[in-house]
Amino acid sequence: MKLEIGNWEEHKDVNVLPNFKFRISSFTLAMNIVVCIKQVPDAKTVRFDTEKGTLVREGVEAVINPFDFHALEAGLQLRDTYGGKVTVLSMGPPQAENALKEALSLGADKGILLSDRAFAGADTLATTYTLAKAIEKLGSVDLVLCGKQAIDGDTAQVGPGLAVRLGLPYVTCVNALSVLDDRKTMHLRRVNEDGYDMLELEMPALLTVLASLNTPRLPSLKGKMRAKKAEIPVWGASELGAKPDMVGLAGSATQVVSTSVPSFEARREMLEGSAEEQVEALVSRFKEAGIL
Amino acid sequence: MLKVDTEKCTGCGECEESCTFEAIFVEDEVAVVNQDACTLCGICVDGCPEGALEIHVGEGLLTTNLSSWKGIWVVAECRSGVLAPVTLELLAKSRELAGELDTEVTAVLMGHKIESKAQELIFYGADRVLVVDHPELATFTDEVYGNILADLAKKENPEIILVGATAMGRSYIPRVATILETGLTADCTGLDVRAKDRALLQTRPAFGGNLLATIVCPGHRPQMATVRPHVMRANTPDPGRKGEVIHILPGENLLSHRVQVLESVKEQAEGPNLSEADVIVTAGRGFEQEKNVDLAKELADLLGGTVGATRAAVDAGWLSGRTQIGQTGVTVSPKLYMACGVSGAIQHIVGMQGSEIIVSINKDAEAPIFDVTTYGLVGDVKEILPLLIQRIQKERGL
Repeated sequence: MKLEIGNWEEHKDVNVLPNFKFRISSFTLAMNIVVCIKQVPDAKTVRFDTEKGTLVREGVEAVINPFDFHALEAGLQLRDTYGGKVTVLSMGPPQAENALKEALSLGADKGILLSDRAFAGADTLATTYTLAKAIEKLGSVDLVLCGKQAIDGDTAQVGPGLAVRLGLPYVTCVNALSVLDDRKTMHLRRVNEDGYDMLELEMPALLTVLASLNTPRLPSLKGKMRAKKAEIPVWGASELGAKPDMVGLAGSATQVVSTSVPSFEARREMLEGSAEEQVEALVSRFKEAGIL
Repeated sequence: MLKVDTEKCTGCGECEESCTFEAIFVEDEVAVVNQDACTLCGICVDGCPEGALEIHVGEGLLTTNLSSWKGIWVVAECRSGVLAPVTLELLAKSRELAGELDTEVTAVLMGHKIESKAQELIFYGADRVLVVDHPELATFTDEVYGNILADLAKKENPEIILVGATAMGRSYIPRVATILETGLTADCTGLDVRAKDRALLQTRPAFGGNLLATIVCPGHRPQMATVRPHVMRANTPDPGRKGEVIHILPGENLLSHRVQVLESVKEQAEGPNLSEADVIVTAGRGFEQEKNVDLAKELADLLGGTVGATRAAVDAGWLSGRTQIGQTGVTVSPKLYMACGVSGAIQHIVGMQGSEIIVSINKDAEAPIFDVTTYGLVGDVKEILPLLIQRIQKERGL
């Protein structure tokens, strides 16, 4: 069975998006899974310059965004259960190839780097367009998985935005999922402030996942060897057939006008004395602040 | 692309030091850009003492006729028949912004059997309320809520749309922004307007709050932002305020959805939920045993707050995973955050450093948690917390 999706007939009034046309494969045989990952600065190595209001460059290591490991793990588990393949996409500078190689070492079948000068300066609007063009080029997808958010930007907007571009239903903040016997319907648990919702949808779909969904595996030696040898294709704007005014800075609606680093040192006060004296001092601070 | 004004550049090297991507360096006393490495993040532009750097912006797909977009919208969130506190906070902020922009504040209220809330929104600051009341809106789905809001925005052309950065807001508002092909700034903690071009200045924490970035949406409308609960103050409701209530019937084409809600489950934690709590008492490894965690619960109850956990406390099975604060858990910014027996791994700090007052109790005076602390106490939580609980009880006459 072949279905054409990304068709917005019933939503015509609200849709002004380019129609992404791709086909989903016959999922009764195998599952085509796309996992989107981002390379981010490792929180453990990042330092900030309060005077200049910027990041300190030296010693910063780049890692896969922590949430994305959980998206990848979910994809690998689904593939291992139902067959199919996991393709990992990452948009970033040339060194983001390392993130894709790491994903391959964990068991992903294919990694594709979306890298082009023209992609620089992309906000979430331009990023979702670029990722959508790449998925369109892949041509076949049942499930797109993303982490809840990237730890550098913290926007949590790329997953939902990408789903809208592709015309797919989506669920954010998933911390449990199952595939029913028809191999098309999914049951999902979405976490919110007060508890959770149990949801049902039919694939193809896009999910963003929480860290509590699963425990990511470690790379195997065999996986590492394979990743080392693997060629990572690089797709730029022309390979994607992307419109130049919809990618990178040109395709972005938002711009950063200034940055600063908040400082904490000025306000710090270490309370002194015995445990009793410290507690007494804290209670008087609480009274000053109107807490007591 | 990033351009260097060689007349102004003195070759001081500030830009080279500030660049995370090694994309700009000084050669023969003038800054040179490696355009292939540059990500146009703009950090060097901001830091250049001579104003010699500029990012040349492409035309993109700009909204035409910017001046035809008028008014500020606050999209209300109503959970279990109660308006979310962040909605009321946003109404107060919008009144302030509307004063500067000389425009009006419209609240959008979507749900089922929620009409009675319209007056409340007016009391808190709305001039106008658009009410969309429909059985299909009784449960939240991204598709229906998103389609209706996008449709309304297309018909009414607001210049600003503000929404609470709650689980719901952060899920369906990106849908609306993508449909409208406009900019969206997530989880803002500060909002202001620039009079000369009516730009909404949206300040938000990035890198878990280590960096504050101010963002604008110059060429597209509406300007959209989700705003973190609890950072702005709501006004006292004025029952004398008058406003207009407009009922809107959503088109059938907007009501179809492919995600079905089978069940909504409330896990009523003791006390308020983490993201809305005024006081959070967080338990870390320093509690040593599960039974000691009761001390944190007792203190939280006493202060009208709720209990949070570090990764270590969750891994030990003392507290549930949904109370985990930090990079892969929840980000919080209460009025008072008490880090008890928490060493302060960076993954934890990024989730709580936006708190107003941070009290830290730790045996190790060198623990990194003290770097972000307002009041630090050095000692064992098992000794200090009982003393503090006793002392507060005495203060309260208990």
